[in-house]
This record gives sequence, C-alpha cells and structure tokens, in this order.
Amino acid sequence: MNARITRRTLLLSALPGAAMAQGFAGLGAGSGDFAVPQPGTGFAFPRDHGPHPDFRIEWWYVTANLAMPDGTPCGLQWTLFRSALATGGGAGWATPQAWLGHAAVTTPERHMAAERLARGGIGQAGVTAAPFDAWIDDWRMSGPSLSAVRLQAATPDFAYDLRLATDRPFVPQGEDGYSVKSAEGQASNYYSQPFYAADGTVTLDGETSRVTGRAWLDREWSSSPLARTQTGWDWFSLHLDTGEKVMGFRLRDTGGAPYTSATWITPDGTPTPYGDGAFSAEPLETAQVAGRDIPVRWRVRLSDRGLDAEVAAINDAAWMDLGFPYWEGPVGIGGSHDGIGYLEMTGYD
Amino acid sequence: MTRAALQALLSHWVRAPFQLLTLLIGLATATALWSGVQAINAEARKSYDQAASGIGAGAEAVLTAEGGVAQATFIRLRRAGWPVTPVLEGQIDTPAGPLRLLGLDAFTLPAGELPGDAGGTGTGEGAAPALDFITPPGQLLVAPATEEDLAGTDLPPRVAAQGVPPGTAYADLGIAQRLLDRDDVGRLLVLGPPAIGAPPLADLAPELSSAAPDAQADLGRLTDSFHLNLTAFGLLSFAVGLFIVRGAIGLAFEQRRQMFRTLRALGLSCARLLSLLTAELLILALVAGAMGVALGWLMASLLIPDVAATLRGLYGARVPGALTLSPSWWLSGLAIAVLGTAVAAAASLWRTAAMPLLAPAQPRAWARASESALRLQGAAALACLAVAGIAWGGFDGLVAGFVLLGALLVAAALLLPVALHLVLGGLARTARGPRSEWFWADTRQQLPGLGLALMALLLALSTNIGVGTMVSSFRLTFAGWLDQRLAAELYVRADSDAQGDEIRAYLAPRTRAILPIRSVEADLAGVAGEIVGVADHPTYSENWPLVAAAPDVWPRVNAGRAVLVNEQFARRTGRWPGDTVALPGWDAPIAGVYSDYGNPRPQAMVGLDRFAIMFPDAPDRQFGLRLDPGDVADLRADILDRFGLPPDQVTDQASVKALSLSVFDRTFTVTAALNVLTLGVAGLAILTSLLTIATMRQPQLAPVWALGLTRTRLARLEVLRALMLAGLTFLAAIPVGLVLAWVLLAVINVEAFGWRLPMHLFPLDWLRLLALSALAAALAAALPARRLSRTPPAELLKVFAHER
Repeated sequence: MNARITRRTLLLSALPGAAMAQGFAGLGAGSGDFAVPQPGTGFAFPRDHGPHPDFRIEWWYVTANLAMPDGTPCGLQWTLFRSALATGGGAGWATPQAWLGHAAVTTPERHMAAERLARGGIGQAGVTAAPFDAWIDDWRMSGPSLSAVRLQAATPDFAYDLRLATDRPFVPQGEDGYSVKSAEGQASNYYSQPFYAADGTVTLDGETSRVTGRAWLDREWSSSPLARTQTGWDWFSLHLDTGEKVMGFRLRDTGGAPYTSATWITPDGTPTPYGDGAFSAEPLETAQVAGRDIPVRWRVRLSDRGLDAEVAAINDAAWMDLGFPYWEGPVGIGGSHDGIGYLEMTGYD
Repeated sequence: MTRAALQALLSHWVRAPFQLLTLLIGLATATALWSGVQAINAEARKSYDQAASGIGAGAEAVLTAEGGVAQATFIRLRRAGWPVTPVLEGQIDTPAGPLRLLGLDAFTLPAGELPGDAGGTGTGEGAAPALDFITPPGQLLVAPATEEDLAGTDLPPRVAAQGVPPGTAYADLGIAQRLLDRDDVGRLLVLGPPAIGAPPLADLAPELSSAAPDAQADLGRLTDSFHLNLTAFGLLSFAVGLFIVRGAIGLAFEQRRQMFRTLRALGLSCARLLSLLTAELLILALVAGAMGVALGWLMASLLIPDVAATLRGLYGARVPGALTLSPSWWLSGLAIAVLGTAVAAAASLWRTAAMPLLAPAQPRAWARASESALRLQGAAALACLAVAGIAWGGFDGLVAGFVLLGALLVAAALLLPVALHLVLGGLARTARGPRSEWFWADTRQQLPGLGLALMALLLALSTNIGVGTMVSSFRLTFAGWLDQRLAAELYVRADSDAQGDEIRAYLAPRTRAILPIRSVEADLAGVAGEIVGVADHPTYSENWPLVAAAPDVWPRVNAGRAVLVNEQFARRTGRWPGDTVALPGWDAPIAGVYSDYGNPRPQAMVGLDRFAIMFPDAPDRQFGLRLDPGDVADLRADILDRFGLPPDQVTDQASVKALSLSVFDRTFTVTAALNVLTLGVAGLAILTSLLTIATMRQPQLAPVWALGLTRTRLARLEVLRALMLAGLTFLAAIPVGLVLAWVLLAVINVEAFGWRLPMHLFPLDWLRLLALSALAAALAAALPARRLSRTPPAELLKVFAHER
C-alpha cells in the first residue's frame, strides 16, 4: 500500500472548486452517503447561514468591488470553504470536517492571494449562525448577524478590515434556492447577498488605505454539483449602475455546449432565475497568465433583460496561485450597461 | 619515440611485479579506507537528513512549554495570525523495540513536509486515505523496513512511505495524542512571519519559550562526533596508506633514473618524459582507485550493521543497516586516489624534472641527514604543539577537541625522527668496536629514508594505544556501572497496571523487596526527556552511581524535595547540585547527578511518592525484585508460568548485563576493525620503505661485505635494525597514545556523549601491540634481508667494478 495520505490529498479533498473543475474523483463520483439538495426546500435564516455538515461541500464567498480615495479600483476576496471527508464522524481532531480559506487583494497593478487550511473540531476554523461568526485562523467574518459583518483577513504581505452592511433581503438563486448545475440535474443550495455596502481599510505594500464600495456574498452547499464531463466554469457577479444585480455562470462541458444559468435581481432584491441557454458568455480576448491562456475580456448577454455587455478584467494577472489554482478578480462592465463586478474562472489548465 | 619510451618505462613494472603490487595495494587500501568511511558517513547522514528535513526543517523557531504546549495555546496563536504547526513527539514500546512517534497536523504543516507529498494529483485519490489518516484508529506512516518490523503488532494500521526515518512513525496529531495518552500538542514550529498586525508572541503566550529549531533537532550535532571520529580514522588510514604509495613510487623512480637519463639522451624531451610518467601514474591511480573503491564498498557494507548498532546504542539514531551509494561517491573515491598519487609522486616528478641530463644517474640512497632539516622538523612539531595548546586552552567543542587530537598526533610524528636521531646518537656513543659503531652510524644514516614509514607506524601504534585505552576504560567503567545500576536480581514488566498489582501481591511474601519502576516522557527544562520514579530503598541509596551529590542526597530525593539528573543533562545544560531543573509543574532542586551511559536523552529521577502525585496516570507495571540469587531461576519460571508473560518481560540481572555488554562490544567493533586495518597499513609502509632502501643500499653494504662481514650476518643485522627501530617507535608511541586516550576520555567524550570517564591503563594490551609491531617490522625486514643474504657475491663486486 502506497502512502497517499498527504497534505495534498487533504487539500484537494477540501477544495470544492478545484475538485469539481478538474473532475476530481472524490466529488465527480457521486454523493455517497451525503445529503443531496432537494428542490422546494427553501431557506430558514439564520440557521442556513451556518454550516450544513451533512453535505459534502459548502462555502461562504465574499467579493468586494472597492475604490481607494484617489479612485483606484480595488477588489477583495474572502472565502471560507467547508469540505467534509465523510458524513457524521468524530469530534476534536478526529473530525472529518476540513476547512479552507482563500483571501486576495487585486488592484490594477497588484494581485496577492493566500490560503489557510484547518480542520474543524479543534476551534481553529468553523461557522456559527447566530450570532454569525465564520473564521479560519485570524481570518474572520463576524457580525451580530450576516446583514452586518466585519470582514478581516491578514497575511504577512497584505491585510484588510471591512464593515459590510445591508438592509436588503438574502436572494435565493435558481428555483427558490435550488440551483441546477447540469442537464443531468446536478444541483446545489444557493443564495446570495449582493447588496452590501462596504467600508474599511486595505493594507498593501506596507500602506493602509481607506476603501469604500460594494460587496457580494454567495452561500452555496451541495454534495455533487457537477456532471463528470464538466471541466470548469466561468462565473460572473455583476453590479449594474442601474441598481440591478446579475449572477450568471457558464459550465464548460467536454460533451458539447456549455450549461448556463443566470439570475436577474432587481434593486429591491426580487430575483428572476433563467435556465440553460438564456444567458451567454463568449470570450473575446485571452491573456497569458501563469503559462495559460485565460479569457480576460468577455461578451455577456441576457437578451430577456436587454443585457449585452463587455466585461473586462481590471487586472489580467488575478491568478490565484494556491493549492489549486484558478482566476478570480474584479471586472469592469461596458456596453448596454455600465458597472463593476467579479469574475471567477476555473479549470484552465 | 613516445611509444618506445612508454614501452621502456612500463617494462620496469614487468621486471618488478612485486613493486607494482605494493603500489597498487597501498593505493587501493588507502582509497578503500577513505571511501569506506565516507560511505558509512554518507549513509548515516542520509538517515539524519531524512529525519531532520522531514519535519520542521524550515521552521524559524520552536516554541515549547513545560508539560507541552496546550492545545488551546496552539489555537490561540493560529487565531492571532501566527503560522504555527504542532509536533507531538513521544515513544511507544513495541515488541520490535521503541518506536519514535511524531504526531503532526497535516492541515497546518507546510506542503511537502509529509512523505509522499510530492506525488501527482491524478484521479483516484479520493478523500478516503486522508480520512483514514485522521480518524481513529488512524494510520502510521513508517519506512518500509519499519513496516516489516512492526508486522503483527496491535498498533494502528501501518502505511509504508519513502522518506520516513527508520524507527519512526508519523501519525495525525489526534491519533498520536491517543497513542501517547496526552492532551497537549507537544511543541509548536513557527513556519514563517506572522500576519500583519498579529500581536507579539510574548503577549499572546508568555508561558512559551522560543528556541532555534536546531536546538531541538540535535541528532545531527550529536552524531557529528561519531562521524568526525570515523572521518578522522579514515583520513589517518589514508595518510598512512599514502606513505606506502610514496615509498613505492619513490622506489620505481629511483630505479629508473638510468633509464630516464638514457631516454633523455636519446632525444626524449623533458616535458614528454614527464607527461609519460604522469600518464603512467594516472593509469595506476585509476586502476588502484577502482580496486580501492570496490574494497571500500565491501568494507562499508561489512561494517555498517555495526555502525548502525553503535548509533542506535549511543544516540538512539536510526540508520538502516544497508548501503546505497551514489555515483558521486564512486567518483570521489577515484578522485581521492588520483589526488593521493599526485601528492605522493610530486617530489619524485619534481626531482626527475630537475635531473641534470649529464649527471651520473646514481640512485641517492639517502638524503644526508642534515641538522638543519631536523631542526626545521622540530620547529614544525613545536608549532603543532602550540596549535594543540591553543585548541585545548582557548576553545570548547568537539571540533576543538579533534584539532587538539590532530595537532598532537602530527607533532608527535614530526618529532619522531628528531627523537630517534638523538637516541641513536646516544646509543652510538656506547658502541664498542668498529662493527657496532658502523651499525649505529648506518642506522642513523638510514633514518631519512625510513622516517616516513616510522612516522606512519607511530601514528598507527599511538592510535591503537589511545583508542584501545579509551574503549577498555569505557568498558571497565561501564561494567562496574552495570553492576551498581542493576542491583535488583529480577526485573518484571506486566502487561497492565492491574496485572502488575496481581503480580506484586503474589510476589510480596516471596521476595525481600519489590521496587516499582515508573517513568513518563516529559520535558526537562523544555527539552524532551524522561522522568523516572525511584523507590525509597537501600538498593538505590547504596548502589546508584552518582558523579556529583549534595549532602543528604537520598533523604531529600526520597522525601520528594529534590531530584537527580543524569550526567548528560548536567553537562549539556550546566545544571549541577544546587541548581534547579524545570519539570512539569515543579522547579525542582538538583541534589545529585548520576552516570547514565548509553542513554542519549536527558533524564531525571524523582522520589516515587512525589512521582505518583505528579503523574498519577503513568503506567505502574514494572518493578525490580530483590531476592536471594539462588532463587532467581525458580521464581522467574514461576512468574512466567503463573501469569503467562512473554519471557522478555521477566529478565534476570545476569542476562540484562550480558546483553548490555554485548551491545557495548558491538558498538566498538568498528573502532577495533579500523584499528587493525591501520596497523596493517603501517606494516606495509615499513615493508615498502625497507624494499626501497634495500636495493639502494648495495653500494653501502658492499664495502662492509668486502671487509669480511658475511651476507647472512649483514641480513641479520638488517632485521635487527628494523626490530630496534620498531621497538623505539613503539616506546615513543606509548606516551603519545596515552595522551591521545586522555584527550578522548576527558575532552572528546564529554563533548560528544556528555560523560567523562576515568582512565585505566592496560599494559598487557601494550605488550600484545609491541609483539604485533615487532612481528610486522620483522616480516617487513625479512624479505629484503633474505634477498640480501642471497645476493650473489658477483653483484656486490659489481659495486666496485662499475662506475654506477
């Protein structure tokens, strides 16, 4: 028997995104004993802000489009992944719950990213729903509630400390929070909070700057959300200047056309989900990033809402060179609508 | 021309096959000893590197706390932005011997630190193996050999992984906590700088003490001494071997002087001649080097099991008993052979280059023993002595110890010809009659030619005396120490505490005393070690070997008011009676220091009552029994039978002693083997030197023969001379060897092992050595003497007839 008990195995099994994007066996194979998302379940808050250990993977995913006092755009990412290596399981060190944090800061010139890995059960990482607290090491998102949180992350190279607040409701994605991910029916539970106003400081290269802007939270949990033939995704979260928000993704498939899905969210938080085909995203231009061709300019369309916009990376080099690598960074929007947003692209190997 | 010249040069070896053999053997032996020792060192170092590079090699600091770092502290530091990872280290007893267990947290350990990490990411590696690693019963990552050793034990499932040091298992920290019955996380490795804004460690956890990582991973430093020792031996043997090569090359050049002159006269340029000779030497060096490397490999593979045993016995370091060698090792062996040949041949080549074309091609039988040359040598010897003095007086540490040793040896070797010159001068004055006058004068005259070989002999003899004295002193001390320390007649280890109680109840009426032996793994002043509970009984207070003691040492220890520490710990940390040592929850006063040979780790002894309060959960299932020696065998059989214990859990004093001594003897097999080899090489050096001189001495002997001394008598005188020179060298070697032994016992041992040993003298060993060296000298002289006695008179007459 060869030893494959390695940090890498732990890391990979703790990484939903990479796991799915690379058709990683553990997750592509099926959900096993894990719970499977069911349509029509709906959400109960604040309980559902907390972890769902019966599901294999889950994340608390914050992106923020901010501006420094001189107007320089600055994007922030704060992500906490939970990955269960098994259902049920022991307490303390023997817990099967693995946690992974990603943090990044992106300006037009700079992009820095870091990760943290921890197991649940010993207090090093976890989430409580009320009062809301999500943490891994010193990276933390804590509020009295998820509508008013403090978001912190620090590494030896960069740090940020933000207050996020909103009075709008959480927005279910897909059909009442049941977000289908393939024609075969793979799905996740998925809701967002796209309306945060953000205000705080960013420390980069030894200088601390005041930043203000908007932030977007994605909450998602599932057990086997991708089909085997799906190789990666391109995910857009867009703040339109008109006040609407758009979530759209494209799941690339070796077997044919990509699977797309989108939600149009009005300024009062009312979502309209769109199924496969309504939303489209086409790469217009690629850049060489970390030895790969990465699309950095896109044409995104949602004809039903008259959206036909060009989305371009603020910094092409927003490569997350971590345990599993992917591209994540702030974007600018022009065309039928103006605005800002975030783009995540996985599976470009 | 080149071809013809080469043919002429090489034809010499056909005419003198024995000379060729000597040269090859000398060079091959030197290379073998050198490369063999290097192979052993490399193999052992590789094991330490595996041990050291595996975990925490890149750490910036190591944080420790009394009784281990609390788990809450680990979490607190992580949540404050400090990149720390825990390492919980302990030892578990297995039927295959003690297993070093390292509990690790794969989540916070840097990528690549766990063996097997370098592998790919292909599909098929699901979460399952990782899950099995962290959830009970867990898994142990072990070296393949360790996996075999542990077959059949009831430990968690073993998984073989390359890169785990032998005798070590890596497990998840939670699993290790269960196996070691601990709830702390051991020590913390600081992996890098903290996050921006993280509070200082001193604020977060003032109870932690921080150290450089190498203070913990001192296996390499500890064993350095052993390897330095081996290297010194290897170098010494190589140097002695070079004396042989020097002799053989010198002979071959001297005998070919006529040929060189003829070749030059026929038009061969000096440069061409030199390059041909160089090529010839290079070929010889490569051939001998290849032989030597092969021999070295053989020697290393024969010795490495003993080396492995030594390292395990002395330091607890695990080295596999098998050899794997890299191509660079083979190449370096060849390189050292070539280099050695170059050093040995440099003088001969230089002389050939400087040889005037028309000068008589007369072999120079001796360089005139000029007073100035001797004075120069004496001055060099004094300089070496000065270096030795500075190393001794001015510096501490192992390297200084070896510098002292090396400088003393070189000084002694350099002084030898000077001393012999003076002694022979004195003896010459006692001469009666022309024959003995000639004998002394001739002997003195030969000193320059024999000097190198005699210096080699001196080095070999004094090393033998020195190392022999050290080993024998150590053995004597060790045996006495065992007698003291193993005072109980029978030792019993039960399977559980409950069974221990049962056995104790059964034995109480059948023995004079039952002495519980309890111990726990614990930190002593922040260093991982062991704490032992000691029973209040005269067995200890009357026998236990103390090297330093405060008044009332035993009453204080038994009352739990003070502790004893072992000598290693006392010397390394400078804590002696009157100082204190931080034990878990107790800054304990030290009342005494005991010798504890063969234990690489710090140890403290606490009165049993206090021990029971400090460590209520420590196993209590081992004890020593006092009874009449006559009852031992019966009672042992009775216990084995009644309680179904495996035989190795009930051991009598005698077999423990026998086992310990056999381990000890095995430990020094390597030293003994190298000793014999060095002496053999020195004997060979004398042989080649005498052969070199013998042929060149015909012109000097012929007149003596012509004056009426028969060839047989001349030959006898030659043997006598060799014996006398060897004897004188031996006399010089005794004080040198004793100084060497003192340095080894009082300087090197203290630095390397942490204990100082009394020196004992073993004159019988010296007699044996004297006989051995006389035999070597006689054998070496016999061949040239025999040749002399058979030299046809016509040959001797030629000396007068030829214009040589």
